[in-house]
Amino acid sequence: MTSEEIKQTLLQQLKGIAPDTEPEQLQPDDNIRQTLGIDSFDYLQFMVALDEKFGIQTPEEDYGKIQTLRELTEYIEANVKN
Amino acid sequence: MLEYKMPSLGADMESGFLREWHVKPGDRIRKGDIIAEVETQKGIIEIEVFEEGIIGELLVNLDEQVPVGRSMATILTEEEAASGKAIPAAGVKAPIPETAAQAVPAEEGAQRAEGPAIPEHAPESHHIRASPLAKRVAAEKGIDIATVHGTGPEGAITRDDVEHAIAAQAAPAKAAREAKEEAPAKPAIPKEKTPTPATIPDTKAEVASPSIPEPAAPIPTAKASASADTIRMAVAAAMGKSNREIPHYYLETKIDMSKALAWLSETNKQRPVKERLLPAALLIKAVAKALNDIPELNATWENGLQRKELINVGYVVALRTGGIMVPTIHETDTKTLDEIMQALNDLIPRARALRLRSSELADSTITVTSLGEAGVEVVYGVIYPPQVALVGFGGITEQPWSENGMLTVRPILTATLAADHRASDGSTGSKFLTAIKNYLQQPDKL
Repeated sequence: MTSEEIKQTLLQQLKGIAPDTEPEQLQPDDNIRQTLGIDSFDYLQFMVALDEKFGIQTPEEDYGKIQTLRELTEYIEANVKN
Repeated sequence: MLEYKMPSLGADMESGFLREWHVKPGDRIRKGDIIAEVETQKGIIEIEVFEEGIIGELLVNLDEQVPVGRSMATILTEEEAASGKAIPAAGVKAPIPETAAQAVPAEEGAQRAEGPAIPEHAPESHHIRASPLAKRVAAEKGIDIATVHGTGPEGAITRDDVEHAIAAQAAPAKAAREAKEEAPAKPAIPKEKTPTPATIPDTKAEVASPSIPEPAAPIPTAKASASADTIRMAVAAAMGKSNREIPHYYLETKIDMSKALAWLSETNKQRPVKERLLPAALLIKAVAKALNDIPELNATWENGLQRKELINVGYVVALRTGGIMVPTIHETDTKTLDEIMQALNDLIPRARALRLRSSELADSTITVTSLGEAGVEVVYGVIYPPQVALVGFGGITEQPWSENGMLTVRPILTATLAADHRASDGSTGSKFLTAIKNYLQQPDKL
């Protein structure tokens, strides 16, 4: 999966979790939660979606490392099992 | 024979608009079945019944404004139904232009004449059996109603059918939009977008030229803002009433959350993502357990104090478009933390989509609001009438904390109580907040 494909999947998942936001407007370094107004419930759903899409069990202590689209894409690239 | 009446879905509600019947005369219903969808200021609410029986008559027309307490339908016992009393044969003569009846062919015209007139805003695609709500949602979302497979009474298209069609289209929608931009006049696009062309109802042939609504229009925003206005008005009405009528008193206490957070972190480490808990689940359970100890606050004030047997915590959900919804977690004190978490995972997305059921809006006996994530430390709430208490939780922040004569830094949560002074006094409120604090020191026992 390329970076672009990962990004598109992430945007699709964010749209599914928070349909009243516009994830496609996110810049690579925007804080996702702050920019879209995503609370801890939405965020947990997002983590569940990442698990289902990429097979990644993100530990809670890693949440702080994946706050932007850029960080998240790199994190998935590093952790996804090819 | 029972009469099913328009329920009140909050202190501020005076009436609602019937948008869809899910039943027809002769249908067997059980407790908890959803019989209708009613539009209120808080969105379209699925109305449940709390009786068993057989639907006799539907007494309300689609799109009619129905005051709280007005009869909407009759519910018959087995015996009454068996005697044929009050059930129109095969439902055809129901005195209601039921969803499907709008498209009743000419040969049934004589019977129809007995019924009320067709709603004057007869929709453009009137050959298609679809509820007005389904048509409206389809129009808003840019779905050609003729391409939707109906599963309602007599094959009528319901809102759920339209939403399934929307969901099925969601993924390819962008590509389809782009394709449409390239070839704007191509009428075949809706067909391509339709996931299962075989399910197109045969009535499609009767549609002269299916007008293709502009799918690129940012309708969801428009719809959301309309809803945001009405929700704002609903919140305004309830909070205005509260402030006029309820003499509030406020108490607050600081709670050391280090034990609760450490327990949560350890517990979540051993769980797959899907089963993780959030702090809110602990807070809600602590409130429910404290109410078991201090039942005076699990009550309403309606011509005096009315204590409630069941502890149903209402949890405030902030809508991104403004306004709040307060769905109920039924019998919160009997639920495990996992069950509370499941309830939240179910309720919060539906609250945000304005798709709650009547019991989820009307049954709360106390409200919990947690504004922590917005960054504030303390919240002083306004009670949701006719309840008599509201618990507010601020954010958890690192603060200096003294214990056993030593100064240290701890994750601190400030809990507040807003309570109705007609119903309780400060000493009761104080015991209640202290109980919450104590329960949060023993998270493994929650």
